[in-house]
Amino acid sequence: MSGAHLAVRNIGKSFRGLRAVNDVAFDVPAGAIHALIGPNGAGKTTCFNMIAGVYPPDGGTILLDEHSIAGLRPDQICAAGVGRTFQIVRPFMGLTVEENVTIGALAHCRHVPEARALARELLEELGLGDRRTARAASLTLPDRKRLEVARALATRPRLLLLDEVMAGLRPTETDQMVAFLKELNARTGVTILLIEHVMRAVMALSQHIVVLHHGEKIAEGRPEDVTRDPAVLDVYLGQEVH
Amino acid sequence: MPDDPGQFVVTLLQAIVMGLLTGMVYGLMALGLSVIFGVMRVVNFAHGEMMVVGMYLAWLAFDRLGLDPIVSLPAVAASLFVFGYALQRTVINPFIGLPEHMQFMLLLAVAILLVNACLAIAGPDTHGVQVDYMFDSFNVGPLILDAVRVYAAIAALVVAGLLWLFFTRTRPGKAIRAAADNHVGALVVGLDVKQLYAMTFGIGAACVGASGALMLLIVQVHPFLAIDYTLLAFVIVIVGGLGSMSGALAGGLLIGVSEAVAGVLLQPSLKSVFSFGLLIIVLLLRPQGLLARRA
Amino acid sequence: MRAGGVWQRLTEGVPARALAALAVLAALLLAAPVLSQLLPAGDYWLSILILMVYFAYIGQAWNIMMGFAGQLSLGHALYLGLGGYIAAALYANLGVGPWLGVFAAVCIAMLAGGLIGYLGFRFSVAGVYFALLTIAFAEFTRILFDHFKWVGASGGLFLKVEPEGSPFNLQGSPVLFYYVILVLAALAFVFCRWLLTGRLGYYWLAIREDPEAAQAAGINVFRYKMLAVLISSGLTALGGVWSAFYYKNLFPESAFSMGRSIEVTLAPIIGGLGTLVGPILGSALLVGLGDLFTTMAERLAEYGIKAGGLKQIGYGVALLLIVMFRREGVWPWLAHWLGFDRHRENQP
Repeated sequence: MSGAHLAVRNIGKSFRGLRAVNDVAFDVPAGAIHALIGPNGAGKTTCFNMIAGVYPPDGGTILLDEHSIAGLRPDQICAAGVGRTFQIVRPFMGLTVEENVTIGALAHCRHVPEARALARELLEELGLGDRRTARAASLTLPDRKRLEVARALATRPRLLLLDEVMAGLRPTETDQMVAFLKELNARTGVTILLIEHVMRAVMALSQHIVVLHHGEKIAEGRPEDVTRDPAVLDVYLGQEVH
Repeated sequence: MPDDPGQFVVTLLQAIVMGLLTGMVYGLMALGLSVIFGVMRVVNFAHGEMMVVGMYLAWLAFDRLGLDPIVSLPAVAASLFVFGYALQRTVINPFIGLPEHMQFMLLLAVAILLVNACLAIAGPDTHGVQVDYMFDSFNVGPLILDAVRVYAAIAALVVAGLLWLFFTRTRPGKAIRAAADNHVGALVVGLDVKQLYAMTFGIGAACVGASGALMLLIVQVHPFLAIDYTLLAFVIVIVGGLGSMSGALAGGLLIGVSEAVAGVLLQPSLKSVFSFGLLIIVLLLRPQGLLARRA
Repeated sequence: MRAGGVWQRLTEGVPARALAALAVLAALLLAAPVLSQLLPAGDYWLSILILMVYFAYIGQAWNIMMGFAGQLSLGHALYLGLGGYIAAALYANLGVGPWLGVFAAVCIAMLAGGLIGYLGFRFSVAGVYFALLTIAFAEFTRILFDHFKWVGASGGLFLKVEPEGSPFNLQGSPVLFYYVILVLAALAFVFCRWLLTGRLGYYWLAIREDPEAAQAAGINVFRYKMLAVLISSGLTALGGVWSAFYYKNLFPESAFSMGRSIEVTLAPIIGGLGTLVGPILGSALLVGLGDLFTTMAERLAEYGIKAGGLKQIGYGVALLLIVMFRREGVWPWLAHWLGFDRHRENQP
């Protein structure tokens, strides 16, 4: 398994005349970890949803390893190698933890027992091994976030879209998640694009940051450069920077 | 089809006007369903049964006290308000926000109880009222309008007007409308939701009770009408837009006319083909209702 | 797959006590026609048992759509009616035997289910709206059949009672009908268990829980919802064929009625939606309660107390109490009480 190259080319999206994302373009090279940051309402999740196929972009293209995925259905995009988590977690609440991840693994496993074995492996890695027979609804928020990551990983993505998986985690849990993602990236080469407010995690993980504001890209570059960018500081002025 | 085209136009026109008159009563019935759904997001599967209860109460008032259904209407509506209020407080309230199939099963149990209570008390026979003006009619140009339908429609219009005043001029009315327009908003604003829900269910029940009393002027009642009225109310509110009050009234008129016209153009037994066809088309293409502004 | 593999897939994670209980139940049901003759009014008890098994079977079929895939259908009378009418009309009008006609019946019911599913899912009609769509199609078909001369229109379609009839024409004693519906119910039970433990089952549960998240996990939601409707409508039509030949008369007014659609949903919801035992337990409870109140009303009548609607009121009260206090259905509660739920049913 290796990472995929994501190329977002000038995508835009309006909702009822409101421009949520305007002419945004960026690249995530294969095997890289990039972050998408910006204040609330900047259009980050809208970008994610377009990449993941929840709705098609009004214009522009999205390429995964040079193949256009814009306008495909979410399940087709998943099959193309994109896994995602949701900002507001949505595990299958009535099912067990293991069932949740098994469903993801069935995307490429031929038989259920094989998928279940893979699910158990992933749950061990994410520290949910002892919770696997519990209902997802009984998990705490941090565990639910981990469960979503596990479910997304079970689909064997080449690009992983993580929407605020650190929000609500305690510092030690954040560090664990960061370490896990780093190790995962190093071991499998999976490309990771994350939306994150927790700057500690962003700085520790990402090699490159794209900053959105009012639906437009206002800066991008290495983390240490971006955080010194006057335009970015202006946007974040008065806002809490973690 | 009749040989004389002029006569045919008159027949058709007559059917349309009759349909409009009946449609007023239908609209009032559907209004109850729409108000309840709009505020509580509960589909009242016992709506037709409540309609039949209203019809039986009006029949009892006529049979025992000799009261015209239009006269007993306030009492019938008030009884159903109390019934609806109490039912919501005791049985339905715990089910608000639960999955649809649970609400469906709950209201189904209520429906079975209601229809069989009617059956046990009044028996399976049909009952009607014989008012003095039963066979009177008004001649408007070439049209002949049954007096019972005209009076029923006027009374329905009056009740709808009173409801409109209630919803626009009184505090609880405005609160209910606010809750219907913005379900979450009302919860956030901190209206006394329990009270509001119970009132809403009461008002929904009163609407359908009033329309039941008026319907008794037009048709005879028997317990098994209930499920037909439930279906009819569903068709009307979907066509008019589920949760919309004006939509329910307009939907009632539309379905009333379509039934009457289909009865003239096709066989009377085919009259609901058009309603159900319309229901399917609206569900697929305009689930927000024909008359709603936007999704 | 080898037989051993299938057996393992079906029974994995099921406590031995539950399997033993199931085996006892199966043995009792197999011996029921003989056992019932030991009782006074044995034929009556057999007819009650037939009803129980019939509602368990069609409840199981409906449960695939609602309990597994989360699609609320309140129009399953359509599939029962179509199945029954087609097999009965082929036999009565053209002399095509039911064992052949059943294929046509199932195919046409699946076509109808496919059409409703296709329209509903393509146009994103969900929840209550989807339920109303299924009602609308059933009612629409009812009115069409009311005017469909070939099947007797509103006058009804009747199958002759053939004293010399053979099982090849699905004619015979109640015992024959009992075993036919028992085999159907048993097969449906095993089939549903098999579905639930496979890819399809996992996908359906995911769609039931959260269609959007299911799609993000790579599931073609439309395709698997369609499969649920097709399987459910086909199995339901089988029940319709059985019912047509058992009762030997069909009227559009009842065959396609909303009341019949509602009857289908009662047992699985009362028993426990999405569980395999739910439809069976729910059916036993509901038919049992119905019979109990009928008997009580008859006893009261013997003492001169008229109790016309009382049995139905009793039934309504019982239903209301079960719904109010066992929202998830009786089986999840009973299974917990019996200790059968240490491994959840859908988790092999």
